[in-house]
Amino acid sequence: MEIQKITVLNGCGKDGKMEQVERFDLEMGNIISIVGPTGCGKTTLINDIELFANRNTPSGRQILINDEVIDDDFSFDPKKHPIALISQHTNFLSDLPVGEFLKIHGTVRGADDIEQIINETLEFANQLTGEAIIKDTAMTELSGGQTRSLLIADAVIIGNSPIILLDEIENAGIHRSKALELLKNYKKIFVFVTHDPHIALSSDYRIVMKNGGMQQLIATNGEEKLAAAELKKIDDVMLTFRAQIRSGKIITNEILKENIKTLSN
Amino acid sequence: MKLVIFAGPPTCGKTTVIKQVIKRMLKKNYKPSYIKIDVLFADEDENIRNEFHIPSRKIYSGELCPDHCNVVILDEAVEWAEKSESDYLFVETAGLCLRCSPYVENSLGVVVLEATSGMNLPRKIGPMLTLADIAVITKIDLISQAEREVFRYRVLEAASEIAIVESNALYGIGIDPIVKIIEKTNDVEHPMFLKGNPPVGTCTICVGKKEIGAKNHFGVLRTMEQDLFYVGE
Repeated sequence: MEIQKITVLNGCGKDGKMEQVERFDLEMGNIISIVGPTGCGKTTLINDIELFANRNTPSGRQILINDEVIDDDFSFDPKKHPIALISQHTNFLSDLPVGEFLKIHGTVRGADDIEQIINETLEFANQLTGEAIIKDTAMTELSGGQTRSLLIADAVIIGNSPIILLDEIENAGIHRSKALELLKNYKKIFVFVTHDPHIALSSDYRIVMKNGGMQQLIATNGEEKLAAAELKKIDDVMLTFRAQIRSGKIITNEILKENIKTLSN
Repeated sequence: MKLVIFAGPPTCGKTTVIKQVIKRMLKKNYKPSYIKIDVLFADEDENIRNEFHIPSRKIYSGELCPDHCNVVILDEAVEWAEKSESDYLFVETAGLCLRCSPYVENSLGVVVLEATSGMNLPRKIGPMLTLADIAVITKIDLISQAEREVFRYRVLEAASEIAIVESNALYGIGIDPIVKIIEKTNDVEHPMFLKGNPPVGTCTICVGKKEIGAKNHFGVLRTMEQDLFYVGE
């Protein structure tokens, strides 16, 4: 089945009342953010999407594919699972070496050239991490940041799913602007659960969650898009400082002024 | 009378899955009853009786392996459930040594595996998995999707025909498909037979020989290097 569109139909929030946002559609090429304070149900919403909820999860939401209801028994051939979910996990529980794990996952997903796809995945992941991930390392030994980077790379390259759900990509100290930039090269539906203003304003629209329910749907307007570009500059400044501190530099007044100056340009 | 046997390593979430199943079965006006077979301690029978008000009991296997105990008492258990006017008997067993499996022909065998238990688990548990009809993978919320897919692959590698259901049983996610399969189960037929072959040989340890070393035992024996041999008549 070719997926053109996924629709989320509302269920109930934690107070048992119907959600104010009645529905939203995800179409190919869309970038959507889900925002709201912690505990407001952001993760539950993307879990519902990933499980193709059919009024059978606690929220009572229903997911449509190409405007059609999905049968309860319906489960995708894992080779063609259209959704890749990058959860907030910052550790793996698999007692396998990285290379072995990717090899099996590549096989599950029906990859043609396993060696090539493993290398591509590691290359992608290593652009996001501090220290490179090595094939022979046990999955359980990876750091939080390495784990998240590998999960993202795995979902995009090995999963190769048309819909990618990312739960708090900004966590665990990975290079998030780089991640966003790399991800935009792939034409897919991206759903970001995020606390990051730059990511939220770089989306086509955002869903504001409150008390377990979808409260508002806001399309990003022109002014906000300009704001996003400005926030990116602040983000870059922060990253410059982070890189310098990580490499053991002392931050002087001069360095501070010089970097702040770039913001007003 | 239909019989459903749930097996799985300790703490994998068998009881949580069973409770969610019972809840849905009661809504559909079925009359299930429940038996828990455990070695030394169990209070699941009381929890289930208090929560659902259905016939429920426990059996301590004591010196016997729970699966062994299951073979010895299952006919009486089915009789008990029939007398209690149940249409389903759910048996939960804490099978331990993994050489045999508790499933019976014309019943439904459900193995419960936790997603967090490591990628080698499906290769370790033998007939408890390979002879089951459904594998319920629990605690899926605790691992990444990528790991779930690899775990699923490892399960299918061990049991290619098995139906896999992924579940987060605490929240009742993934239970409906289990109930659907349970509803299609055949009636149990007497006499009942185990689906799998029992482990090879008679166990001299079980009959009371305590001294370590092959020279003190008979039946099917082996060396450390995996050479099997037989001593006896």
